[in-house]
Amino acid sequence: MYDTGKILGGLAIFVVLITAPAWYALATGHRGAPPKLELPAGADGKHCIESSSFMRAEHMQLLDDWRDSAVRGLDRDYLAADGETYRINLSDTRQSGACFRCHSHPAQFCDKCHAYLGVEPYCWDCHQRPGEK
Amino acid sequence: MERRSFLKWAGLGALGTAAAPLATAIQKSAPHVQPAAGELKAKRWAMVIDTRKCLKERGCTKCIEACDQGHNVPYLFPGRRLPLLSNPKHEVKWDWKEPFDHVFPELSGPFLEPAKKEEPTLVMCNHCDDPPCVRVCPTQATFKRADGIVMQDLHRCIGCRYCMVACPFGSRSFNWEDPRQYFAPWTPGEPEANPDFPTRTKGVVEKCTFCAERLDVGEMPLCVEACAKVFAPLGTSPAMTFGDRDDPKSPVAQILRTANVVRRKPELGTSPNVFYIL
Amino acid sequence: MLESALRGSRRYWTLITGLLVLIAIGAIAYAGQFIHGLGLTGMSRDVVWGLYVSQLTFLVGVAASAVMVVLPYYLHHFKAFGKMTILGEFLAITAVVMCILFVTVDLGQPMRFMNIFLHPTPHSMLFWDTVVLFGYLTLNVIISRATLRAERAGMPPPKWVKPLIYLSVPWAVSIHTVTAFLYCGLAGRTFWESAILAPRFLASAFAAGPALLILLALVVRRTTKFDPGLQAIDKLAEIVAYAMAINAFFILLEVFTTMYSHVPEDIAHYTYAYLGLHGHTMLVPWSWASVTLAVVALVLLIVPRFRRNHKLLVFGCIAVYGSLWIDKGLAMVLTGFVPSPLDDVTQYYPTGRELLIALGIYALGALVLTVLYKIAISVREELQA
Repeated sequence: MYDTGKILGGLAIFVVLITAPAWYALATGHRGAPPKLELPAGADGKHCIESSSFMRAEHMQLLDDWRDSAVRGLDRDYLAADGETYRINLSDTRQSGACFRCHSHPAQFCDKCHAYLGVEPYCWDCHQRPGEK
Repeated sequence: MERRSFLKWAGLGALGTAAAPLATAIQKSAPHVQPAAGELKAKRWAMVIDTRKCLKERGCTKCIEACDQGHNVPYLFPGRRLPLLSNPKHEVKWDWKEPFDHVFPELSGPFLEPAKKEEPTLVMCNHCDDPPCVRVCPTQATFKRADGIVMQDLHRCIGCRYCMVACPFGSRSFNWEDPRQYFAPWTPGEPEANPDFPTRTKGVVEKCTFCAERLDVGEMPLCVEACAKVFAPLGTSPAMTFGDRDDPKSPVAQILRTANVVRRKPELGTSPNVFYIL
Repeated sequence: MLESALRGSRRYWTLITGLLVLIAIGAIAYAGQFIHGLGLTGMSRDVVWGLYVSQLTFLVGVAASAVMVVLPYYLHHFKAFGKMTILGEFLAITAVVMCILFVTVDLGQPMRFMNIFLHPTPHSMLFWDTVVLFGYLTLNVIISRATLRAERAGMPPPKWVKPLIYLSVPWAVSIHTVTAFLYCGLAGRTFWESAILAPRFLASAFAAGPALLILLALVVRRTTKFDPGLQAIDKLAEIVAYAMAINAFFILLEVFTTMYSHVPEDIAHYTYAYLGLHGHTMLVPWSWASVTLAVVALVLLIVPRFRRNHKLLVFGCIAVYGSLWIDKGLAMVLTGFVPSPLDDVTQYYPTGRELLIALGIYALGALVLTVLYKIAISVREELQA
């Protein structure tokens, strides 16, 4: 093999560079505190629409399915496992059961986790958030 | 008990035990979504526009205003054309008025007086039975709902604008720029955005949706509501009638049976569902 | 083989550097468009597609034209094209790459490009266009690589590549046919609504593509030790002459059908392109330039004495390319939009940024072509040495 040293050296530099953030976090202990979510208050804010573990793991899939059923199908209500009905709507704050009726402060709820994980969903490019001007 | 009937019952019982988990499985996989209570249903939504009545209320743009405000359509507020609007060629239009001879060139003969040719005529997406826009869309971002509404999935649109090329009515608009720059809270001093309807983002195509989002929760389209408000004090039926074309009892079906209606460019075979009484 | 692209003369590296600079300028221009949206182009609600889609339409033709060297060589064993085929295939690869880039920069939401494959839609011609373009790119990459490797090893091309070569012939026809279907299946857009559009596209492609190939072959012949062969160039010139004549014939057929049938809305498009409509004359000089160049090209190519004179042939090929670029890379798309479905006349002028982005893509195409030709030429020079 030609240039064995150069190739292995280059590979080593590559590995170090690509894992740099992990080393940095380990070295400085900068792992960041897990976000504390402000749970929605109000009468119907007692519980998540499905179990909180399910929502934590699957809310993006659920929202994706909702989007298809509301925009592409004609189904605008969601029947939760506990029998409660929720209106599938990420915009309208007047309709009872719509997302923002409970989650009236997405900045305290959605954003906190998303920011912690470095996720930037593009929902808000179009959907407006309640109470934010 | 006879052996035969015992076997029969035993067999049924066995079937029952087998069916129980199956039933739960079905229940689990049953759709968790359903139509909203009180939704307005139709086999095929259609609109009739009586231009004679519309013209009597000359200068009335209530339907357009209601639509633009309700759907956050930028630029089109009558009398408040935004100074910020950089390029009128980029205008977004859901429903708007065009001179009569541009809408119905085949009905504007050479002897029609100029005033008649210029009569403002309301146009919007025709929600065709056989929509060319749906045929050409490479991602099914635009599609036809079961009730005939030609709908847009703006989450899926890639912005190729093929639908705009295919639409023979010019009913579609592209977001050449970010529309939010034309609304409060993004632009101080400009009209407030309606928080209860999404704005769009740059790079997607949009158009009139017959207010699908309202029909699905039991409300009539914004333009139709606004028109009714204009005509209620006059004691006549409004210029716009909306309903189920395929329900013989609906007002739309009754008009279509009895009046001479025309549609735009019927020769193309797209079969529009916006009808005009001239 | 790729390593030969990393060794080159000073002139080679100057060319590469120059192209990289142009690509960088194009990329910066595109970054602005990516951030602010397509509003920075000259396109509008009425003229929905502009320079980008026009270039796609034109370059699909250049890509398809490789078939004009592949078919005589592999199907009719026309030996003189032996050295030309690889140049044709590499030109096809380059043209398809540029096509894909032009589609991408035209999208309002380029990040969602993959939606075309995530939600395949067989009733959309744009879906099929994407499929056949990617297929054609793959075919040409595999074929050219296998044949060039075999050639370097001094062996005949492997057996498995033959069926692929045969497949590439109808595939080349399909890419331009489907591109014509993008336009000619749209009710109400009468300028494009013509069954002759696909054959017209093919005729113009088989003129413009080989014309470019002749020019490239002449440049290669002059600047390197590799000679694609004078007989091959002469044969290509004949092909260009026939294709150009057929293309002109097709256009005249369209003009007759429109003018004699005298349907006002059909005539309106031609009026806009050649005379101007309601005082809007943006396209008029371009249209007549295309006609003039076509006439010049036909004279230079049809008269055998002129065609065999390689100095005049260069002018002839440039005239063909120029005429067809205006016709297909500009006028064909724009004329279809004027007047609009609501009978308005809106003009389109590409913005500076749009031109820079297009220039950047052309530079990228030139870079790909330079590198590919460098590889092909190095292999040949090795063999000749």
